[in-house]
Amino acid sequence: MSANTTITNGKNAFSAFSDGVRDRWADAPGWQRWTVYGLLFVAALLLPSETIGGFMSPYSDWASVLFFPVGTFVVLAIGLNVVVGQAGLLDLGYVAFFAIGGYSMALLGTELGLNFWEILVLGVILSAISGVVLGGPTLRLRGDYLAIVTLGFGEIVRQTAENTDAIGGPRGIAGIPHPPSIEGVELFGVEIFKYGVLDPRPYYYLLVVVATVIIIVVKRWEKSRVGRAWAAIREDEDAAEVMGVPTFKFKLLAFAIGAAIGGAMGVVWAGKTISINPNDFLFMLSATILAAVVLGGSGNIPGVVLGAFLVAWLPERFRGLSDYRILVFGAALVALMIFRPEGLLPSRRRKAELAEGTGGMGSMGAEVPGPDSHASAEGAAK
Amino acid sequence: MFDNLLGSFWPYTIDGLIVGAIYGLVALGYTMVYGVLRLINFAHSEIFMIGTMGAAFVVMTLGITQPLTGLALVGGLFLMLLVGGLASAGSAVLLERIAYRPLRKRGASRLAALISAIGASLFLQELFALVIIPNLFDRPQQGRNQMGVARIMEKDVLFTVGGAQVRLDHIVIFVAAVGMMVLLDLLVNRTKIGRGIRATSQDPETAVLMGVDIDKIVRITFIIGGLMAGLAGALFILQFEVTKFSIGFLLGIKAFTAAVLGGIGNLRGALVGGLFLGLIENYGAAVFGSGWKDVIAFSVLILVLMFRPTGILGESLQQARA
Repeated sequence: MSANTTITNGKNAFSAFSDGVRDRWADAPGWQRWTVYGLLFVAALLLPSETIGGFMSPYSDWASVLFFPVGTFVVLAIGLNVVVGQAGLLDLGYVAFFAIGGYSMALLGTELGLNFWEILVLGVILSAISGVVLGGPTLRLRGDYLAIVTLGFGEIVRQTAENTDAIGGPRGIAGIPHPPSIEGVELFGVEIFKYGVLDPRPYYYLLVVVATVIIIVVKRWEKSRVGRAWAAIREDEDAAEVMGVPTFKFKLLAFAIGAAIGGAMGVVWAGKTISINPNDFLFMLSATILAAVVLGGSGNIPGVVLGAFLVAWLPERFRGLSDYRILVFGAALVALMIFRPEGLLPSRRRKAELAEGTGGMGSMGAEVPGPDSHASAEGAAK
Repeated sequence: MFDNLLGSFWPYTIDGLIVGAIYGLVALGYTMVYGVLRLINFAHSEIFMIGTMGAAFVVMTLGITQPLTGLALVGGLFLMLLVGGLASAGSAVLLERIAYRPLRKRGASRLAALISAIGASLFLQELFALVIIPNLFDRPQQGRNQMGVARIMEKDVLFTVGGAQVRLDHIVIFVAAVGMMVLLDLLVNRTKIGRGIRATSQDPETAVLMGVDIDKIVRITFIIGGLMAGLAGALFILQFEVTKFSIGFLLGIKAFTAAVLGGIGNLRGALVGGLFLGLIENYGAAVFGSGWKDVIAFSVLILVLMFRPTGILGESLQQARA
């Protein structure tokens, strides 16, 4: 019992600290916030340095790791967060949209010879449309039915790619063009617009810019009428509908936006990797991204970024454990969910929702606490 | 295009029914846990995998090289089912105790429970690939390879239906699967334990007030679900004679699809959904080629849910979720 209390106290201290930081942040004047944003952006640009890399990634090239998996997971997690964290729709097949983006880049680039920027626009549109196509008929389903349908959709997309010889079948597509380079622009000794084979840093910078744009857009959305509608749907869909929120329309919008972000990341990723094949888009990736969102604190962008960073980086950092890293990762997911089910950095609103058992997914059935756990349940309610 | 299907309609039907029966057995575990906890027990596919491992272990330990006959065969089959079932049921109990109960006690969201389930699933797969298969099965460095399992019963053709061969093992599998489901249906609908399960799935709070011990009910649910998955694993070994650390993944997804198709939370729905899915994907494979099997299975799922959002038979262990 006493050990239990210590854990609870430690948790409360951490929560109190993060709440304190958050309060100060909410009261901070605009220029301070913009300074922090600016510093974060610069920090992101400085991240691929050798000094940091030596510690962060002793086993593989740090700048490559920053592009994939770290940066890729961060963007995908932000996209999935729109669907899962903000609108409260459980999507288990998110990798489908990443695949659609990736295949758009591969096909349009090799077959039609379009350039990267044109394909980025087309890829985003295509994946958004695929989100609407999937969401249109299925978003009337609730909760777990939607989960299994999205999971099925993810597998349909992958296996269709595997069985269609016109798009390479199981071998996939090779020779995907890189984004067009601009020679001679140097920053810290890196040619930042030279998208070649050797240096992964330009791709990473491109990714940082794309991620920044996406974060700004998503953040604006979150604070708008759309974001409030999502929150209402997530907390109680029936109530939202009664209050005049066109729930279906907003759910579809969340799906399309999530899909568009996944597609954009697919295009950027395929623009670096030269060749893709259906096995790049396994269910495991969907599960990992979902784990990143929930682990970080679904609904809260800094939390989600942190979660994605950890989920992508930890297995790379501990490559020394080689075989055992997935085993450890699995056990860590279970442990984290036991000790911090709301995620590492939950948004305050989301935390309250989860304590109440609302928030789209609701709590587990049979959650009625037994006599020995009564106190903790009451604590959670406060 | 349809020549292949029409030409060998019955063989495809037999195969579909066999696979469907196995789907149905595994689907029972999903559907029962979902009915009681509203949780997609993602690690259930690994519980099935453990069942196949248990059965494979029996075949290996008995040192079977020739197919058995007579009483030895009956004993061998019984031992396979028993060990597979117990291994799975035991793991299911441990899984519930370690990965789900702490979350349930804290009133964690179902999303957190789902992540915990995915973590447990990864952990179990890797545990088998890295530790159990290399050591217990004496296959060092080959934990990730497919393992062949010796044939335990002669696959004699008993009779033919419209050109399709019906073998003894087909009969064993189908009868065992359907028999287990009938027993389970009786257990849930006729006994006191079953009443507890139904009460908990309908309204946990009231069930507690009426004196139902929820922890016990949840444990029993996991035991039953695990047992069914273990039996399915043993039957799977009988039919396909291979296993692998990741064998549960696709089969688990299919079984969950079957549960949803039949109406999740509905025991009879699991059987109907399993057989339906098994048949559809075999017919589909006959028409479009075997590579499209899974695409067809999932497309059918989406189509069915569009028109019957609560599955073929509807939800019944619980009240319909609004």
